[in-house]
Amino acid sequence: MAFARKFVTALLAATSLLCLTPAAPAADPAGPSLQAMKRDYARPTAVPFPADNPYTVEKVRLGQQLFFDPRLSGDNTRSCATCHNPALSWGDGLAKGIGTGGTLGRRSPTILNLAWAELLMWDGRKDSLEAQALGPIESGMEMNLALKDVVPKLEKVDGYRTAFALAFPGEGLTLANVAKAIATYERTVVSGTAPFDRWVAGEEGAISDGAKRGFRLFNTKGNCAACHSGWNLTDHSFHDIGLPDKDIGRAEHLPLPSMRHAFKTPTLRDVARRAPYMHDGSLPDLWAVVEHYDKGGTARPSLSPEMRPLRLTPQEKADLVAFMLTLTGEADPVTLPALPVPAQPAGF
Amino acid sequence: MPLRPALLAAALLLAAGPALAETHVVDQANKKFSATELAVKAGDTVRFVNKDSITHNVYSQSPGNAFDVKTQKPGESSDVVLKSAGEVEVRCAIHPTMKLKVTVKD
Ligand code: HEC
Ligand code: HEC
Ligand SMILES: [Cu+2]
Repeated sequence: MAFARKFVTALLAATSLLCLTPAAPAADPAGPSLQAMKRDYARPTAVPFPADNPYTVEKVRLGQQLFFDPRLSGDNTRSCATCHNPALSWGDGLAKGIGTGGTLGRRSPTILNLAWAELLMWDGRKDSLEAQALGPIESGMEMNLALKDVVPKLEKVDGYRTAFALAFPGEGLTLANVAKAIATYERTVVSGTAPFDRWVAGEEGAISDGAKRGFRLFNTKGNCAACHSGWNLTDHSFHDIGLPDKDIGRAEHLPLPSMRHAFKTPTLRDVARRAPYMHDGSLPDLWAVVEHYDKGGTARPSLSPEMRPLRLTPQEKADLVAFMLTLTGEADPVTLPALPVPAQPAGF
Repeated sequence: MPLRPALLAAALLLAAGPALAETHVVDQANKKFSATELAVKAGDTVRFVNKDSITHNVYSQSPGNAFDVKTQKPGESSDVVLKSAGEVEVRCAIHPTMKLKVTVKD
């Protein structure tokens, strides 16, 4: 489906999440090249939704309830938000996620800005949010609720029957619609406007001089933008960046030599709020990340040719970190939905 | 989306080809293929040229025409002969947003 996916662009209801059209660029002391670099980083003004699952308010509301509902797990203890917690930038702050079956093999990624994603999961094994949404529910490691039990369980909750009837007229509560509602909600989870965005839009004082130098390094000597390009700071590509663990990543699903130890390039939006880093949670902070790139990663045949020792000075390392700190946005606080519960008859 | 089958790949005649097999050139620039669709004859060659300053890895898993040109450094090019009639979904393993559909006719 991803191959033939057609996007229609729908305005997100909460346009406050999105930055408005950038103002005319101010005169730049560092010259036109910095100005040209900035152009690649302007935020989009609308969220893309697929033609076969368009945006509706009813779907978003329902999807939000499902995302936060622990009853989607076998023992009613875990929701999607347990591991994709909005208070922790839609991750869990752990090196490896913990589910009903114990510790998972990889770190829980953020679900920010996935409306723009191409393939999902660290290893790219899912090709749409709809195709991904039921996976964690049935996984014995994560939420452990058999898919055959999902609809009967939700049907017992009157509020859900009504909400599905409203969101999917004529269809109601089906497994496919559980996935569609969750996916629609996830697409509305967008990172807020950051100091970096205000700088790109022309507000010269929005970030420090060190961060501006860091942005230049990010696009030049640091070579970061070879992979972390565009407003979302990712081109959705897969690379072995030389982390020394045994996980072969993408090669499990696409068995080509270059895909061994390759993982999805994550967004760097709000990245300062999501330590520890990488698919295995092995790097404790942004300084450790910059040190990793400076060394160039474990040498092995699959190591990305874009990885090489950078020979950064201490000042340059500090500038790169300063730049990444300007990517933290000011999103509106996320309000938790009241979940529907079974109706209780009045009186005895 | 203005990605049309525009940019018909330059078709060069292979001098020695008795069956008039042709070579179709597809560039990779700005993390995109120069065409999104291409029609060729069985036995034709598609030449993938990396015009970017980063590495690409063109491959296909389509039955009958599966191939992997492996990593291509900037400036490198690779020839692939498409032998069987059918649709060939060509991708870059590194950049899944790069997509090309080749229709191979008998
Ligand atoms: C126990 C923790 C846990 C729970 C519960 C959980 N997830 Fe995840 N999620 C993860 C981990 C870990 C990954 C990465 C796994 C991998 O790549 O192999 C992930 C990956 C994802 C991704 C892909 C993100 C990307 O950038 O590619 C999405 C989307 C997602 N989860 C949504 C959900 C939804 C929706 C639910 C509830 C139905 C859910 N998750 C429940 C831990 C969890
Ligand atoms: C060859 C492509 C590539 C280059 C070049 C690159 N990155 Fe990455 N980046 C990735 C990939 C892929 C990951 C995830 C790797 C993993 O988990 O195995 C990643 C992860 C990260 C993370 C962790 C994000 C998270 O949520 O875990 C940060 C921070 C980061 N990169 C910053 C940078 C900086 C700064 C530079 C330049 C000095 C850079 N990257 C250069 C591809 C790249
Ligand atoms: Cu590529």
